[in-house]
Amino acid sequence: MSNEATIHQHDVHTHDDHSHHEHAHHEHKQHFLTKYVFSQDHKIISRQFLITGIFWAIIGGLMSVFFRLQLGFPEETFKVLNTFLGDWAPNGKMDPEMYYGLITIHGTVLVFFVLTAGLSGTFSNFLIPLQIGARDMASPFLNMLSYWFFAVAGLIMFVSLFTSTGPASGGWTTYPPLSALKEASMGSGIGMDLWLASMSLFVISSLLGGLNYIVTILNMRTKGMSMTRMPLTIWAFLFTAVLGVLSFPVLLSACVLLIFDRHMGTSFYLSEIYIAGKALPNVGGSPILYQHLFWFLGHPEVYIIMLPAMGMASEILSTHSRKPIFGYMAMVLSLIGITVLAFLVWAHHMFVTGMSPFLGGIFVLLTLLIAIPSAVKVFNWLTTIFRGNIRFTVPMLFALGFVSLFISGGLTGLFLGNSALDIHLHDTYFVVAHFHIVMGISAFFGMFAGVYHWFPKMYGRFMNNTLGYIHFFITFAGSYVIFWPMHYEGLAGMPRRYYDFTNWESFKQFADLNHMISIAAIIVFFAQLLFVFNYFVSIWKGKKVTTQNPWNANSLEWTTPILPGHGNWDGPIPEVHRWAYDYRDNGDGGDFIPQNVPLRDGEESH
Amino acid sequence: MSGLLLVLLVALIFVVLYQVARSSEMVARIQGEEIFDKKRNKILAFSMLVVYAAFMVGIYYCHQYMMPLMAPEAASDHGQSYDFMFEITCYVTGAIFMLTQFLLFWFSYKYQRSGDRAPYYFAHSTKLELVWTTIPAIAMAVLVAIGLKSWFTMTDMAPKGAMQIEIVGKQFNWISRYPGPDGVLGKRYFTNINDKDNLLGLDWKDQKNMDDIIVPNGELRLVKGKPVELIIGSRDVIHDVGLTHFRMKMDAVPGITTRIWFTPIITTREMQEKTGNPNFVYELSCDQMCGKGHYSMRAVVIVETQAEHNIWLKKQQSYYAQNHPEVNPPAAESTSVPVDTTKKITMK
Repeated sequence: MSNEATIHQHDVHTHDDHSHHEHAHHEHKQHFLTKYVFSQDHKIISRQFLITGIFWAIIGGLMSVFFRLQLGFPEETFKVLNTFLGDWAPNGKMDPEMYYGLITIHGTVLVFFVLTAGLSGTFSNFLIPLQIGARDMASPFLNMLSYWFFAVAGLIMFVSLFTSTGPASGGWTTYPPLSALKEASMGSGIGMDLWLASMSLFVISSLLGGLNYIVTILNMRTKGMSMTRMPLTIWAFLFTAVLGVLSFPVLLSACVLLIFDRHMGTSFYLSEIYIAGKALPNVGGSPILYQHLFWFLGHPEVYIIMLPAMGMASEILSTHSRKPIFGYMAMVLSLIGITVLAFLVWAHHMFVTGMSPFLGGIFVLLTLLIAIPSAVKVFNWLTTIFRGNIRFTVPMLFALGFVSLFISGGLTGLFLGNSALDIHLHDTYFVVAHFHIVMGISAFFGMFAGVYHWFPKMYGRFMNNTLGYIHFFITFAGSYVIFWPMHYEGLAGMPRRYYDFTNWESFKQFADLNHMISIAAIIVFFAQLLFVFNYFVSIWKGKKVTTQNPWNANSLEWTTPILPGHGNWDGPIPEVHRWAYDYRDNGDGGDFIPQNVPLRDGEESH
Repeated sequence: MSGLLLVLLVALIFVVLYQVARSSEMVARIQGEEIFDKKRNKILAFSMLVVYAAFMVGIYYCHQYMMPLMAPEAASDHGQSYDFMFEITCYVTGAIFMLTQFLLFWFSYKYQRSGDRAPYYFAHSTKLELVWTTIPAIAMAVLVAIGLKSWFTMTDMAPKGAMQIEIVGKQFNWISRYPGPDGVLGKRYFTNINDKDNLLGLDWKDQKNMDDIIVPNGELRLVKGKPVELIIGSRDVIHDVGLTHFRMKMDAVPGITTRIWFTPIITTREMQEKTGNPNFVYELSCDQMCGKGHYSMRAVVIVETQAEHNIWLKKQQSYYAQNHPEVNPPAAESTSVPVDTTKKITMK
């Protein structure tokens, strides 16, 4: 029996049940509901995540436009605020309660719904089976549930915007006692309950997804796809899922305890409080406990957002430079380093909470350690494009922008991670600038790069290039214009989460600057709408993909048909013979050798 | 109406842009995709240089614009060393920033696609990787060492003889308490709090409370050259004592007492002269989200000489006396306070 036949047999064997199942589906036409709504196809689910993420990004972005109007023009009134916010902005002047509601939901939505679900939900789902050579996830059903838990979580959050006391308004971190006591703010009423319910469901969604990703990556790789032949995207998704599975349950416990404190009279987070004219009976709890629990997720969460962007940027930089990624093993090791350290640095968000300074010292050390794997990654990306043959496609520009932003935002982390410097910068605009650049915009750039790069695989069409370039240049320039000056504001001590600075002798001199930042933010927001417009128009009107492998990339997803059905490959799953980054002369005039091409005579595998 | 117009305008711009984009694709098809792509790639590669130049000019301009608006020099001894450490970190990160951003944009331009050059197959180099693992590691070690030294100094116990002032946050203002002649803050407990006559819940059974002075607007009166320890508390939710000009910050957490100490070195008046701003005032801002009025939670900090401080102290009546006019504590005692504290300083 030839080698080929053995493989084939092996293939049929392992995927036996599955492919029968598929064929059954292909034979009779699927109902719209099972094909597009309650679909178990990872590719459909990924698009559901992406489109839901886009929806939430527009909502979250629009919120930022509203509160930037307040910050940039504190003296003016805007009819548009009244139109959207109604009684929360009588006469076009936003109520402070609503301002705090908006920043809270903006943060929550962008961090969890867009950059967690929208980013890793989309691309883990889409790329894991396609790049490791599997017909679907280990459990397509759980995968579907993962999306629907997310959808319901989103729905609850959306409903909370319309409650009479407004949405949660204690900041996206929702520290108790503020978030625990309805006397403390309007947003701590029903809005906060809905926030907690929504986040709890979101945790479930994230766990279902994460477990699925891990199991799929570990067990369902095609023949020849050893761990060290996996594209870096897959490594990144694997560690993202590990981070999520280990840390999200802690957020759930924080939420559950907060629900108890709010409704069942417990005192986990409450102690010695006098509010609204009376002393509460709660003693013995600690608000710091919540912060520990929250940041035990909250910090890994930053890497849950960053790792997929890093993985995709690595893949895209390599493909469009026509060069292998530099230092593949170093990249994997640095991912491992970041993953491990991500669990050991959470308390650097708490240097000034009164936590033991000694403990603070330990966390300084561990935090700055993360700079090392991050630096390795940056230098490896730079070396990847060094002496390459760069095609400035839209995804490539976004990947380059990602590196630039990651450097800028990462370096300011060295200030904030050092407690002796953080003691002044904590909770100022310096922090706002830092995290928006490093995990907001740069993760967004990774995501945009991914969308532009894999759109042809998702829809069989290209997104419009010209609009893509416009989108890139406006967003890249705009991001720096918005966030660069904020570092200075933070250094001058300007606190974040302020509704108005006009009464402050120390901060009012930035009025003109805030004005300019707001205008830039509005322009950038509209540039994102341009992306959304491009996305949806291109689904139906975009230039058609005519070749199976439009980017001349090596990884397996480009060996599927242009528009793969459920099951991904029509025939047997290809076998893998080489690593994912063999961008070199293939001996036949081409500059790349896909993973499924057998080794040539005398060729050694990487 | 204007809202509708705006929506229409945006829609119009999108449609126009889309048509332009479509026509550029047409051009591509007419010219031949290959040639068009090549041309575009060249333009984009060059634009990376333009973006880089604009980036650097932007940074320079931003710096020039911002520097005059920044906070004046640090007004505490700790703040002075803070500024020094900040500068060092700026140099380290600035150097890495300049190098990596330059390489990123330069490589992008330099290694744009070209027909006559094959990309260099360069997948691995242990030497290089060791270099850029070790160098950041050393840089980090230096930053950590400087940082921790400074951190442990500032979080160490306050020096003996430091003035103690309690500052308590509530929605939405600060309340400060001075120890009075005995130099000791008495006990307080939250169940005693009463907005009418016991703002902080002082325990009247504790004699040390009898002479304590409470300033309900949270004004902090510090003495130039004299270490001050702030005893920080909160009545309701978490607040944060943010002292920008002293480069200090600490949360006010209900149920927990937190502390910071520092030594002010420039009086308010001196700072007014230095900045040329007669309205200059040190401000205490709440830096931890505490609800609707968070942004308005302001208190004034006044740094003055010991003599001025003594005069101010003399005028203060103890909180107990204020609220219990029938029992008048001996007024003579409060005059002796300032003398006492000066002694402590000279002894030090």
